[in-house]
Amino acid sequence: MIEIKDLHKSYQIGKNSLHVLKGINFNVKEGELVAIMGSSGSGKSTLLNILGMLDEADSGSYTLDGVPIKNLNEKIAARYRNKFLGFIFQSFNLINYKSALDNVALPLYYQGMKRSERMERSMSYLEKVGLADWATHKPNELSGGQKQRVAIARALASDPKVLLADELTGALDSKTSYEIMDLIQQINDEGKTILVVTHEEDIAHMTKRIVNLKDGVIIDDSPTEQVRALKHV
Amino acid sequence: MFSIERWQEVFETINKNKLRTILTGISVASGIFILVILLGVGKGMQNGVEEQFERDATNRVSIYTGVTKVEYKGMNPGRRIQLKNDDYQFIDDNFGDDLEYQSSVYRIWGSLASYKNNSGNYRIEGVYPDNQFLENASIIQGRFINYNDLKNNEKHIAIGRKVRDDLFKDEDPIGKLVEISNLKFKVVGVYTDPGGEREESRLFLPISTAQTVFGGGNRISYLAFTLPKEDDYNVALEKSNAFVNEVSTNLKAKHTVAPIDDSAISINNSLENAKQFYDLNNIIRLFFWVVGVMTLLAGIVGVSNIMLIIVKERTKEIGIRKAIGAEPMSIVGMVLHESIFVTTISGFFGLIFALFLLEFLGPFIESEFITNPSVDFNVAISTVILLVISGAVAGFFPAWRGARIKPIDALRDE
Repeated sequence: MIEIKDLHKSYQIGKNSLHVLKGINFNVKEGELVAIMGSSGSGKSTLLNILGMLDEADSGSYTLDGVPIKNLNEKIAARYRNKFLGFIFQSFNLINYKSALDNVALPLYYQGMKRSERMERSMSYLEKVGLADWATHKPNELSGGQKQRVAIARALASDPKVLLADELTGALDSKTSYEIMDLIQQINDEGKTILVVTHEEDIAHMTKRIVNLKDGVIIDDSPTEQVRALKHV
Repeated sequence: MFSIERWQEVFETINKNKLRTILTGISVASGIFILVILLGVGKGMQNGVEEQFERDATNRVSIYTGVTKVEYKGMNPGRRIQLKNDDYQFIDDNFGDDLEYQSSVYRIWGSLASYKNNSGNYRIEGVYPDNQFLENASIIQGRFINYNDLKNNEKHIAIGRKVRDDLFKDEDPIGKLVEISNLKFKVVGVYTDPGGEREESRLFLPISTAQTVFGGGNRISYLAFTLPKEDDYNVALEKSNAFVNEVSTNLKAKHTVAPIDDSAISINNSLENAKQFYDLNNIIRLFFWVVGVMTLLAGIVGVSNIMLIIVKERTKEIGIRKAIGAEPMSIVGMVLHESIFVTTISGFFGLIFALFLLEFLGPFIESEFITNPSVDFNVAISTVILLVISGAVAGFFPAWRGARIKPIDALRDE
């Protein structure tokens, strides 16, 4: 699903160049649930941004579902993001003045889907994350866990190839975190490929494979015994 | 443009920033208001000028005389030049074929006219029958002075509507006798003149009669002519100017006046005057447009400013949208939509308010040079188009800025 070869990325900070990714090689097969771990400054967020086509690598190749991702202009990048990827953020990033349902429907709006179809589909995803009753509520009327569920529904709405989650439990207490991870595991069980960036060990162990990043290189990449989040709830 | 989502968003953001949007709207509304009022006044000035020229035939040429200012052929300046009947004859002989209407006028400035117990002071003019057309007057009762009156020195008069109202009240004036300087004149007709009361408080009688009974001898006050109408304005102007030059040269030679002495014999060409007024009017209207558009521009800059702030405030939201698949063009569309909406709606308010003001107050404005200021449909349409364009211009830079927001920067958690 994801193939990365010899990925390099450096940032220019004043006169100094900061080499963040120093040759990353990394493959993800369909249906995997991968945790990317590392301390701050290890390059995990940069890697996620490149995977999410929010940033571009200096060198190396990136292929997503057989499509080479390179020389993207903004328009094509936006289209690919919409088609291939679903984002889940630490701070939820919902649009405050839109209802939960409208938030979920937004990616479908950008796909050009008809309103009635869009609403029907969004509603089914809200049901999936257990928030059908909250469809008309605005994000500020929802709890943190509920917001993240809406965000997950939104990420799923366009039926993407890969879900990219950046510290998705970072703003939640541990009970809620486990509930969210349970949902992630359920989605993965249905066959969705999911990448989770985290620095929390317990969250990482709820995935099937842990990739450890340090100073811009992968120091460890090994499968792990998946802990079902449901046990903790 | 017509998706419900888009409209929803526009209303949402406007709702969130009511005061700010309203203040910006006011600046646009006042800009459009001032523009439309200025255009209305410009139109009023045009109406006013047109009315001025309706008083008399627009292609009228009048010849007046005065005192010489220049020494010529051994004669000192200060000599009074007097037009006589033979000057009229002279022009009739030489140019009669080129003329449409012609009249010489012997004028008594103020004279007491009375009927029964009513009396008033009016201007009395001895004229030729053609004078009716030179004055642009129309008969509403009876007839004007005719050639028989002239030939027979009849004491017949045509009176203005104002004179009739003053002297006769509701009585039918035709055939009644009006007394002027102890002489009785028979009213043969009543006329009306677009020049209004001032022009309608006159009495016309045959020039032959006027010269006889008021001691004019063979003197005349001024001469008036019109040339045949031309379809093309410039041709008409050219012909009348040529005629004026010709007559001027001949008359000056006849009276031994220096060719450059325009105070001794002056020729007034309405067409030339009209042209000057219309040119001036056009310049004023252009000036009004420029001032109005500049005012509007100030409003647009305000909208642009506000939209920039809105885009700045919504940076994160735009980042989210882009991350989930919004193309740059859709962001541009979103910002432009709001900008055009705000400008157009507030502009409409300004436009409607200005139109109401012109509609209700316009007819009450009656000064010498401004009559019924108003705007026509075309002006309204062009301002509406102007508004939409201004909204687009105002939104362009903020939209551009919004489109260039990088989601990675926008979404970074602080």
